[in-house]
Amino acid sequence: MDTLLSVAGLSRRRLVNRLMEGLATLAAAAAVALLAFLVYSVAKRGGGSLSWDLLTKTPSTGGFLTSSNTGLANAIVGSLVLVGLATAMALPTGILIAIYLTEYARPRVRAFFSLVLDVLAGIPAIVIGVFVFGLLVVGHAQSGWAASFALACLMLPFVARSVQEVLLLVPNSTREASHALGVPKWRTTLSVVLPQTVGGIITGATLAVARVAGETAPLLFTSSLLTSNDVSTNPSHALFSIPLAIFEYSESPDPHDHELAWAIALVLMIFILVANLGARALAGRNRRSLTGR
Amino acid sequence: MSTTESVTIAPMRIDAPQRQTLPPRERLEQVFDIDELTARYGGRPAIKSVSLDIYKNLVTAIIGPSGCGKSTFVRCLNRMNDLIPSFSMEGSIRYHGQDICADDIDPVAVRRRIGMVFQRPNPFPKSIYDNIAFGLKVNGMKDNLDGRVEAALTKAALWDEVKDRLKESALGLSGGQQQRLCIARAIAVEPDVVLLDEPASSLDPIATASIEDLMHDLKQDYTFVIVTHNMQQAARVADMTAFFSISRGAEGQRWGELVEYDATEKIFTQPGDKRTEDYVTGRFG
Repeated sequence: MDTLLSVAGLSRRRLVNRLMEGLATLAAAAAVALLAFLVYSVAKRGGGSLSWDLLTKTPSTGGFLTSSNTGLANAIVGSLVLVGLATAMALPTGILIAIYLTEYARPRVRAFFSLVLDVLAGIPAIVIGVFVFGLLVVGHAQSGWAASFALACLMLPFVARSVQEVLLLVPNSTREASHALGVPKWRTTLSVVLPQTVGGIITGATLAVARVAGETAPLLFTSSLLTSNDVSTNPSHALFSIPLAIFEYSESPDPHDHELAWAIALVLMIFILVANLGARALAGRNRRSLTGR
Repeated sequence: MSTTESVTIAPMRIDAPQRQTLPPRERLEQVFDIDELTARYGGRPAIKSVSLDIYKNLVTAIIGPSGCGKSTFVRCLNRMNDLIPSFSMEGSIRYHGQDICADDIDPVAVRRRIGMVFQRPNPFPKSIYDNIAFGLKVNGMKDNLDGRVEAALTKAALWDEVKDRLKESALGLSGGQQQRLCIARAIAVEPDVVLLDEPASSLDPIATASIEDLMHDLKQDYTFVIVTHNMQQAARVADMTAFFSISRGAEGQRWGELVEYDATEKIFTQPGDKRTEDYVTGRFG
């Protein structure tokens, strides 16, 4: 054909187009498949050992050659204490950083701090771990405090950045309305701006918690040398944790321990999935209430 | 927008019976004495050398084309522009004789006395009641809170519409109701002056009329300065009218300046400046 719109090699071009589209779709499907496969295999191997005992009993330190490890309550409680303390440190600091950046900092300063937070967020957990080890553990001893401080360092940039994002969503007109009433700036921030962002702050905090709950590297340096297998909530000595339990039990020679490792991994995964989905649902609701859409 | 300024052709007829004649200016009490005010954003002037006096218990309208610095001007009067980092100003603004831009003046105290209503209704995402009560609580007016809330809503002609749903979110109100709520919020803290920055620009004619009536009823107690690009509105509500226009300099610079300031009737019937006449008769541009 020799018409105006005919192009040489049209069929080849169509083929390349299809191929490209197919590859991209395949890659996207692979991500979904990966998650599905991961959830399936952890659930399959860990599901069998998932029991009430796992959540409520502690590993017995008892007899020689007895496969009597029944539960990992100490790891669960330890993780709750460590992550709870880390949140208590990182959340208020992160909120304050975000308030500084959105309400007070000049544009250039804001850009600089935002960059610093992004760099901090990108620092590998093991580097944070060895840093806290040198700072708090060397010359002292391992402790829950040191571990939760390390986790807090990991959480901080995420909390600050996500709170900053929701603060930016608050329309400037409500700030102006408050200023025009003769309300001081600090009071405007506390009484007008922050209440509008509670949902977003909870979302950010939940995502940060979900992220650090599975962190292992910093805990190896700071909270891994256990003195007992009992449930403890005292952060002044090393506390057991879920990630460490997965690490240690999967390296044990006893196959029964492997099952426990899978089971506790399943517990951690369910927690993180639920936290993620819940946080996203909450974030959507918060966004809608702020923008009215 | 629901305004009708584009159809204005002839000088407006002003309903004479409604309008009492103003006493001579020297007998009016000054609220603001503005002298050679120049305001800049990022070094670029938005308004240059504006000088005028604003009088107590009158409604003063600021009219002029878009971009002539009307909003910039009123936002100087309660130091709202301080919140914009690149803003700077020269000249003086005296409020009852006191320089509001002096170093020892807290802008929070200025805004406490000089309230503001904005172009778009901006209620807090709180209940109707709390929208009014918040300013009262912050400013220590906690005695008889319920009574003060009711009084403010009544003055803003909103009480009857909302008295049964004070605890509901203010965001559920219509645009006109929200704007009246914002007026109620501004007058609840008993300011001396209320600045209105195109308060009716996002409202329909009925809501606009109710807000104009409000100003008329409330001016015994307050001094109003209203920015509007709707000339009929200025003619209806204002005692004094200031006309701002855009001046162009070399290299494409443009800024707003005050062309004429006089009694509203004079501005609309016998303007002293050709530019004012062109604008009020619709020959502008």
